[in-house]
Amino acid sequence: MIRICYFARFREQLGLAQEEVPCQPGILTAEDLLAHLRARGGVWAEALPEGDRVMTAINQELVRPETAIRDDDEVGIFPPVTGG
Amino acid sequence: MDITNAERIESREIPCQDHRLNPDQAMIDTRCVVDLSDEQLLRYGRQILLPDFGIEGQERLAAARVLIVGLGGLGSPVAMYLAAAGVGRIHLADFDRIDLSNLQRQILHDTDHIGWTKTASACQRLARLNPEVEIIAIQSRLSTESLRVVVAQVDLVVDCCDNFATRLAINGACFAAGVPLVSGAAIRMEGQITAFSGSSGGPCYRCLHPSEVHEDRTCSANGVLAPLVGIIGSIQATEAIKILTGLGTPLYGRLLLLDAATMDWRSLSLNADPECPVCSREASGSSGTSL
Repeated sequence: MIRICYFARFREQLGLAQEEVPCQPGILTAEDLLAHLRARGGVWAEALPEGDRVMTAINQELVRPETAIRDDDEVGIFPPVTGG
Repeated sequence: MDITNAERIESREIPCQDHRLNPDQAMIDTRCVVDLSDEQLLRYGRQILLPDFGIEGQERLAAARVLIVGLGGLGSPVAMYLAAAGVGRIHLADFDRIDLSNLQRQILHDTDHIGWTKTASACQRLARLNPEVEIIAIQSRLSTESLRVVVAQVDLVVDCCDNFATRLAINGACFAAGVPLVSGAAIRMEGQITAFSGSSGGPCYRCLHPSEVHEDRTCSANGVLAPLVGIIGSIQATEAIKILTGLGTPLYGRLLLLDAATMDWRSLSLNADPECPVCSREASGSSGTSL
């Protein structure tokens, strides 16, 4: 299983703080996972539109989108913040 | 602050002086030795009491030069804490003027100052807070070139701006000059803070965002909770003082994230991106103009 944690704006938009997704052949990387979630449509597609910058962490380490995900990983999904 | 100076201050005896510090001697050259007057020992006594801070830490602050970019919600607490703590010289960069809508969170500025430039308002407030600190106002928009010139004159930069493009330019200038950068950001009820050493090999702000953030979410469109910028700005000021004095362990290589709605903090490790166009070895070997 992959444990997903949604933070801040994503937690609010999706109405979900965390969930578990079974490992599957189509989810090999962080960006695969985002595509999988986006494909749910509705609020998922709105919150995670293709091309929008999303920060992802695997086991509390920030990673590039193409980083591989393994069974039992925790994936954090964070919105970038640039305001001040 | 260069290492040579830090080592020299570390190793010498600190006499208790009975004269006031001449501000003209205190601020510009970190290689100058700064002696503290009795009044300064009283003003800064509560932080001098900290075991790892001491008179040496206060002298390092008095000799330090800091650039703060942005005098809004984040820049307000940063500027006030750094001035109150006795940083010798503070460069303040902001091209904007004060609007009534700023005052809910930008606590550096007063209602009487609506329409003033933020730098003028800040200069007045900080001079009242601590007249010993030299303040240099930069009212114009910072270009890549002007940033490089200013960054070369300081020991540390605190990024309190509100947009991705400026953040990239600040990062590029800091990394090129090897100057530490304390980066904070806030919107709505969420915030992020980290610090970069500016040392070869990174990480740098570009490693945090390897792809573009196409649309900056602004306070005017999305809202922001007033104390949130106080929380994030206060942590930026804390990190700045730590780095300048050698106190504690800086946030290098870690990103703190706050969800103020649930008051959850996350601490993520941030490593140098080997493909980073700014701080990777490949980038160092190129022209070095990437942001």
